[in-house]
Amino acid sequence: MITSSAKRVGALAFAAAMFVAACGGGSSSPSPSAAAATSSSSAAPASAGAAASGVAGPSACVDGSITTSGSTALQPLVDAAGKAYVAACPKSTISVQGGGSGTGLSQVLQGAVQIGASDITADSKLKPDEASQLVDHIVARQGWVMVVNRGVTGVTNLTTQQAVDIWTGKVTNWKDVGGADQPIVLILRPASSGTRATFKKVVLNGANEAAGQALTEDSNGAVTQAVSSTPGATSVIGFAYYQSNKDKVTALALDGVQGSVDNMLSGTYKLQAFGHLYTKGQPDGLTKSFLDYMMSDPIQKVLIPSLGYAGAGQ
Amino acid sequence: MTAPTRTLRVAKPGFRARLDPARRITQAAAALVIAIVALILAFIAWRGIQLFIDAGVAVPEILSPTWQPDPDSGPTTFGLLPFIVGTLEIFVGAALIAAPLSVGLGLFMAEVAPNWARRITQPAMEVFVGIPSVVWGFLGAVLLVPVLRTNFHFTYGYSMLAGQLVVALMILPTITSLSYDAFLTVPRDMRAASMALGTTRWQAIRHVVVPAAASGVMTAIVMGMMRAAGEALAVQMVIGNRASIAFNPMSPIQTLTSAITMDMGNTTPSQPWNMALWTMGLVLLLMSLSFVLLVRRLSARRPAE
Repeated sequence: MITSSAKRVGALAFAAAMFVAACGGGSSSPSPSAAAATSSSSAAPASAGAAASGVAGPSACVDGSITTSGSTALQPLVDAAGKAYVAACPKSTISVQGGGSGTGLSQVLQGAVQIGASDITADSKLKPDEASQLVDHIVARQGWVMVVNRGVTGVTNLTTQQAVDIWTGKVTNWKDVGGADQPIVLILRPASSGTRATFKKVVLNGANEAAGQALTEDSNGAVTQAVSSTPGATSVIGFAYYQSNKDKVTALALDGVQGSVDNMLSGTYKLQAFGHLYTKGQPDGLTKSFLDYMMSDPIQKVLIPSLGYAGAGQ
Repeated sequence: MTAPTRTLRVAKPGFRARLDPARRITQAAAALVIAIVALILAFIAWRGIQLFIDAGVAVPEILSPTWQPDPDSGPTTFGLLPFIVGTLEIFVGAALIAAPLSVGLGLFMAEVAPNWARRITQPAMEVFVGIPSVVWGFLGAVLLVPVLRTNFHFTYGYSMLAGQLVVALMILPTITSLSYDAFLTVPRDMRAASMALGTTRWQAIRHVVVPAAASGVMTAIVMGMMRAAGEALAVQMVIGNRASIAFNPMSPIQTLTSAITMDMGNTTPSQPWNMALWTMGLVLLLMSLSFVLLVRRLSARRPAE
């Protein structure tokens, strides 16, 4: 190669800039909430961070450093809660990573992280003797919503039976469920994803999806992109993603019930599941303090509804 | 040829010379690289055979066309054939599209282009190489897929051909740069000698430069194909990821890499499903290794100029 190294560096820098630009919207990469920094007060007053995030901090601080990984569906919640905690307690560090439910479960089991976030229970992904070492902390409920391409007309609601017929490949045209004459393009999440597992259990009642006639996309973002650009497409995405893409896709009601936090709380909307934070054995130190904070009113009553989740307790 | 014999009186080297730090450092670096490659091979091989050892799956099962890894959906079948076929289709197809274009471009840059054109094309290629795969995938999903669907009447747009085109664009600069280098290594004297015999420039290129650079060009194409086979993200964003064997370029397909990235994060090492993903990694590694060896054999057999 007869180029100067400066040219190469320039090309790399350009590439890096492109990469940053391209990934600006994504959130799956590790995002350390904050680092313990300049603050000199050791016992930070609990209310100090209230202004930073609009959410009150924990009642008592515990110093230390923990890492969480796992479910990307729960990541925005854990990340926001971690930021609120660290804003009030600058001597603590809470690093929130994604990776998927399976990654969270196996890393917490190995001790690589202190908290593993999962959309589904540990016993469905781990052996019984492994799952029994983990302690489940249910911190929230998350909902999903069926969405269609904006060009799909005449369909605003699907009954459970219609959804089963579409997802199992029995119905392949929108005209059979009250819409226009247009083929249905079914878009699935990977078989291992928590979204697909929940939909299969709650709506399909265990029936197998027609994967041989469907497309598969990896993430909420990719699914939203595919549904918004493919005529006749339908899929399932998380509430939070629907809220930020309302102008790109149309939501369908399920059995006449609109997907919303209120309907999730009242129990009438069934496409929902618990969000689990797992620890290996009983938590202590900062891990316990953070999990207690997750269950406190500022998170359960303020942060969680604002992000499109529902509180865990009822 | 017999060299005149003469006795050299060589002084016994001192400690410093015997130590020869530069040589030791390069040797250590080489050993380290070889050790890393060997360890990676061993690790992937070990994880890749757990599907057979730990989960008790029969080896021939991976050649089944059925991929059903989820025990909640009925009896499992870990057939990797759809992914193997999909991977082959992507990288062979991408190379067939990219190789003529990029070798031609490399030839243009090395032999034909005036200086000012080279000053533009070369940095352009450098930037091309640096564009990350996620950007290619994004462009493919947002621009190429809708065009294939609306203008070429593909059912979905997400298709084998979309993957081949995206990967062809990705490997284009790799093959171009490397084949350009290969053409440059052909000594000027050979061209001059050819011209002196009265050939035209095209005849010189065709009968002298291209044959002389052939093995370098072959290496360039192979490097491009290797990048194509290992590409995961961009491909995954445009091929629709349907785990069934298809030979129609308009059909959605899935590759080994996209299957691995889609399920790896959502499974745990104790699930046979996860072990099957490692087996896919091993299969991919063996595919690229055997391909490299095959091409090395082919280019070694080429008669010397």
